[in-house]
Amino acid sequence: MRSTPVRFGLFAVGAAVVALLPLFVSEFRAFELARVGIYVIALLGLSVLTGYAGQISLGHGAFMAVGAYTTAILTTRYGIRDLWTIPLAGLLTGLVGFLFGFPALRLVGAYLALATFALAVAVPSLAKYGRIEEYTGGGGGLLLNLPATPFGLPLSASDWLYYLCWGLAGLLFVAAWLLVRGRIGRALRAIRENELAAVSSGISLPAFKTFAFGVSAFYGGVAGSLYAITINYVNPDTFPVGLSILLLTGVVVGGLGSLAGVVFGALFIQYLPLYASDLLDWPLSRLGLKIDTSAPGAPAVVYGLILLAVLLLGSSGAAGSLARGTRALTNSLARRP
Amino acid sequence: MQQLAQQIVSGLALGAVYASLALAIVLIHRTTHVINFAQGEMGMFTTFVAWSLITNHGFSYWAAFATTLAIAFAGGILLERVVIRPVESASPLAVIMVTIALFVVLNGLASWIWSAETRNFPSPFPGVVTVWGVSLSRHEVGAIAVSLVVLALLWAFFRFTRLGLAMRAVAIGPEPSRLLGVRVGWMLALGWGFAAVLSAVSGMMVAPIVFLDPTMMQSVLIYAFAAAVLGGIDSPLGAVVGGFALGVGINLLSTYVDFVTPELELPVAFAVLIGVLLFRPSGLFGRAVVRRV
Repeated sequence: MRSTPVRFGLFAVGAAVVALLPLFVSEFRAFELARVGIYVIALLGLSVLTGYAGQISLGHGAFMAVGAYTTAILTTRYGIRDLWTIPLAGLLTGLVGFLFGFPALRLVGAYLALATFALAVAVPSLAKYGRIEEYTGGGGGLLLNLPATPFGLPLSASDWLYYLCWGLAGLLFVAAWLLVRGRIGRALRAIRENELAAVSSGISLPAFKTFAFGVSAFYGGVAGSLYAITINYVNPDTFPVGLSILLLTGVVVGGLGSLAGVVFGALFIQYLPLYASDLLDWPLSRLGLKIDTSAPGAPAVVYGLILLAVLLLGSSGAAGSLARGTRALTNSLARRP
Repeated sequence: MQQLAQQIVSGLALGAVYASLALAIVLIHRTTHVINFAQGEMGMFTTFVAWSLITNHGFSYWAAFATTLAIAFAGGILLERVVIRPVESASPLAVIMVTIALFVVLNGLASWIWSAETRNFPSPFPGVVTVWGVSLSRHEVGAIAVSLVVLALLWAFFRFTRLGLAMRAVAIGPEPSRLLGVRVGWMLALGWGFAAVLSAVSGMMVAPIVFLDPTMMQSVLIYAFAAAVLGGIDSPLGAVVGGFALGVGINLLSTYVDFVTPELELPVAFAVLIGVLLFRPSGLFGRAVVRRV
């Protein structure tokens, strides 16, 4: 266990790196990294639900879709300033998640996975439904047409989006940390470890599970809203089942039950597809095989195999490896006379 | 009348596809208590194998069909041995994640090898057939027949052979079966093999209707989940009945109920899934599981 001052130190260093990075990278990279910030927010929510409370969700893409559509509809139809729609999208999605938590209460393990998976498939096709097409834009989607940098800030559009996403990510990171470090986090972990024991210690399953769903969906909604704002556009295909699976992969690879791991998870899901073909080329060329690794599908194979490796080797993701590494290091230092 | 008959037959054809995939899910769930999210992708992948045998290697349809089923059977056993067995005793979350990883890998491999473009998949039953003055798609009638034959063969296997008996015994009690000399691990692997065969059948039967591409089975998987849960996730008969009921029911809903447009078919399946899980978790034919908390 790292002590609290060390945690603060690490967080401060991380925050400083995030704050200064746009000075050194191109506009394009800043835009890419803004997306990493969005993934961080979505993964934080999923981490609270799956990593801490042990409730699997294969439907977080659906929560992001609800948030994104909230922002899109509020800005295009009602002319509300994009920034103010972010908390609204979060709260509305949080409410949806809280309500979904009630049927989810009766579902354990595999059944919950089924229900959330079906949610991820059903929500995008609901957005295509003819009767609500005038709101959602149907299959064609909605173009947001947002103003660039607000308040006359001296920032380029990409840098503004970068600071917006990472600013909120930092804020929500601290909020999630405050949430899981105390009584609530302990209750959630108790539910994850053993529901029966948790109930007998006076923890209310309905209250904490629906709460975890609500919080998790709130994060998903904020992430979805930011997603809509950065790409200026939403349509049903923006949120395929693959996105939900990608998010769960990010949490598992980052390490279940670790908030710091989500930053790694977010970088992983954003950058792995871009570098997957290089990763594949190296072993394949050693074997003397000539296979086109830039084809679509190749990145999915790589991240699927990495996910499989993390699961089969029983490690707890990047955070777990890091913790083991530092523990081994401190142990060997301590043993030295 | 004409339209009603046609819609019922189309519904039964889709229902046969859902029933095969639902039965595959039930087979695996009965023996290993795993819900296999990769079941649909296994069917999609093997359907691509069949397509490749027909178009690139000059196989006739039925030769390709039989070869594909053999490949699927071997592939299913291999997957169980290599990736499922190591996590057999792990938490349900880990096992589900492993099947999701399989989903991702198979889907990626299919678009890597065969590209993601949409293709025609041949049907062995082309054209139209007229029964009592109602013209029906020959493929739909054929798909129902093929699925029923496969289901009957599978039923006969479980009912009349020693191996089938051993597999049923493992589903009920792995420990006593082991004591009686049944090789439990191999029975579980065989279960995966049969499930892979069933998903290959469902893939090859649905491909001429929805066209072949790597995402072909994703909505079929949702219907199959809904069908399996509707019939009772531990009941093979329930999965088959659930599949046909869902196929016909959704087809009739979207034909005759005004506000149910094709976009609403998946949300309807989702509603069935959630509704059954909430109000009758054991489904139509399943046993109620009592759990005290």
